[in-house]
Amino acid sequence: MDLAAILISWFPFLLTGIVATLGLVFAALGVGFVIGLPAAIGQVYGSGPVRFLVNVYVWFFRGLPLLVLLFLFYFGIFPALGLGDVSPFVVGAIVLGLHGGAYQAEIFRGAILSIGEGQMTAARTLGMNRMQAIRHVILPQALLIALPGWSNEYPTVLTDTSICYAIGVTELLTRASVIVSTEYIAMPIYLACAGIYLVLNYTGIKALHLLEKRVSIPGFEAGSN
Amino acid sequence: MDQLAFIADILLPALWGGLLVTLQLIAAAAPFGVLIGAGIAVGRVYGSRPVQYFSRAYVAFFKGCPLLLLLFILYFGLPSAGISLSPFTASVLGFIFCNSAYDSEYIRGAIKSIREGQFTAGLALGMTRGQVIRNVILPQALRRAIPGLVNEFVYLIKYSSLAYMITVIELTGAGKMVATRYFTYNETFLVIGLVYLSLVTVTTIGAHLLERRVAVPGMASGRH
Repeated sequence: MDLAAILISWFPFLLTGIVATLGLVFAALGVGFVIGLPAAIGQVYGSGPVRFLVNVYVWFFRGLPLLVLLFLFYFGIFPALGLGDVSPFVVGAIVLGLHGGAYQAEIFRGAILSIGEGQMTAARTLGMNRMQAIRHVILPQALLIALPGWSNEYPTVLTDTSICYAIGVTELLTRASVIVSTEYIAMPIYLACAGIYLVLNYTGIKALHLLEKRVSIPGFEAGSN
Repeated sequence: MDQLAFIADILLPALWGGLLVTLQLIAAAAPFGVLIGAGIAVGRVYGSRPVQYFSRAYVAFFKGCPLLLLLFILYFGLPSAGISLSPFTASVLGFIFCNSAYDSEYIRGAIKSIREGQFTAGLALGMTRGQVIRNVILPQALRRAIPGLVNEFVYLIKYSSLAYMITVIELTGAGKMVATRYFTYNETFLVIGLVYLSLVTVTTIGAHLLERRVAVPGMASGRH
């Protein structure tokens, strides 16, 4: 059987891996957003203890290798909590999310800090409470400013998903490795796999650029306020 | 108490050997990462068409290909092309490729932040293009790139753990073996995590010192 035939016969198998990889990416970006945004708000507007907690979270999850985090959660923390039979995919998505959330917190914090302090004061003067000011005045602007930095998370998270191979998530790289060990041909399979990652990378970045252009408000850029 | 004894008597001695391998991986990869990164950056900014094209392809491929997959290609893939690398060499090569691609982006940005007039002035003084790049542009650009390069160095520390996936028994691998044998995943990986955190912290402090040491008085970035 020649190479093309082998690749075609395995394609559905790889496709399921691509779906799993993209699932990990979306779950990770989503979890990261849900954690990262409140963390950033806590870091900027929170009380002392809140700021301390967020700082510890960011320090821990940015300082540890993703591989160590995956091992820690998959073999250590989840079983210790009695969650030993949670699927590797879910553990992978949560760990990628916690890891990415620490980076996203930094992105959102930078964006929030770039909004002039006077805006908070102005909102308070208009009778809004702090929460209202954050929700209606600060965040709509900060999220827009954060978008380019946030877009950069996509390629990082995409390549990071491959590390979930280590805990047995059947994503793209795991499936490519299965093919390699079944067919005894390594190089073409791995290169095809790299090609798929590059395509996913490129398409995602293009899509995010389109989104950036769509939501941008003319005359409103970072530093213009 | 039992846990403390386990950490002191079994875990730490095992991790020590792994830590040495991790440091060797980093020490072997980092200098070449910066060196090749600088070359790629110069090629992208000043090179001829084909050189620019090659540099762009290099960066696109090594930034887009997951590092773990790159390690698999180098370790499991290359033997089919008649090249067999030891796990350590394959890891270092993979780290160099990946690191240099990211480093080149920071250096390229720094080169572009140097005013074009400096290049013209260098040529007017009778320097060749190569001389201007080496003696005028790069000394300034590399200084400006330091924060970005440090960032990448920190990533290198963390991603060096992936060498374990192609059987290099470095810090993470040494710990994984202990954890599996004694069934002590939480303790082991938390201790390993602390070791990585200290490496990262020491690097960050060292980088600030380096930055201050090589700073040229009166040449704060963004002024030239």
